[in-house]
Amino acid sequence: MHIPDGFIDIPTSATFAALSAVGVAASLKGAARSLDEKTAPLAGLTATFIFAVQMLNFPVAAGTSGHLLGGALAAILVGPYVATLSLTVVLLMQALLFADGGLSAAGLNIFNMSLLGVWFGYGAFLLAKKILPKNKVSITAAAAFAGLASVPAAALGFVLQYALGATATFSLTTVLTAMVGTHLLIGIGEAIITGLSVSAVMASRPDLVFGYRGAKKKLEIREGQK
Amino acid sequence: MKNPLVAVGLVLSLVLAGGVSYYASSQPDGLEKVAGDVGFLDSAEESAVKDSPLAEYGVAGIENERLSGGLAGVIGVASTAAISFGLFYALRRFKKEES
Repeated sequence: MHIPDGFIDIPTSATFAALSAVGVAASLKGAARSLDEKTAPLAGLTATFIFAVQMLNFPVAAGTSGHLLGGALAAILVGPYVATLSLTVVLLMQALLFADGGLSAAGLNIFNMSLLGVWFGYGAFLLAKKILPKNKVSITAAAAFAGLASVPAAALGFVLQYALGATATFSLTTVLTAMVGTHLLIGIGEAIITGLSVSAVMASRPDLVFGYRGAKKKLEIREGQK
Repeated sequence: MKNPLVAVGLVLSLVLAGGVSYYASSQPDGLEKVAGDVGFLDSAEESAVKDSPLAEYGVAGIENERLSGGLAGVIGVASTAAISFGLFYALRRFKKEES
């Protein structure tokens, strides 16, 4: 999913770099409001863990691999603003140190994974949480669903960028169907890793899970009324 | 460290990036595969940092693939941890001063 230099022309890359900069600046403001003594270490861990797991490509269909993107996972654990910053740190490290993802393409990649993946994943999580019964298992299920949904969402970001600024001239519908189809499969892996990771944190420190705190408050109020 | 979750998570990250990554699939990823199938893979250009001593998740000069990749993973985990913990602690402090 890391776009190399050359796929997308410079004007389009620059436009998305500007959009990403606005998104990251807004996230810095949002994150400063939500980070405290308890959540700052989990936020650092989330970015570090996502970097590590992004190295673990798993095989999907014939001759294809995929790896965790982590946008939905980060959003559920530490909230969408901190998640955007976490993914941005990971993507910049990969592009600058490991030549993974182009430098002129950094804005494209941040837009797709740090913004689309995170916010679409978080939206899918909130939607699933609303529909499912209010308990801990539902948090894991909603996390898995969010992981599944976030990968094709990020892939659609690439299709949009391809439509606006591809340096090659292949049909957009071909790119669209191939990207969404492949990334739905990768999304299954994303769903499994996101569900497992969220359930592991829920089992040890549910009080730290951003996506669970709302539900916990309601429980506390009910207990108080008894 | 007060929070065992963070310590356990960091050790797990080191093990995954430093050891398990050797067994990761080396098939092209989703985007690369689509680019190859559709036909625009040729338009890719080499990264400006392609000569980085850590390019493509290996440490330049180390022949042993497992060691080279594992060390690159450990360096990546340590660097990401340094930057992200630094950033999030700084943001937390910033908030405190403001209020």
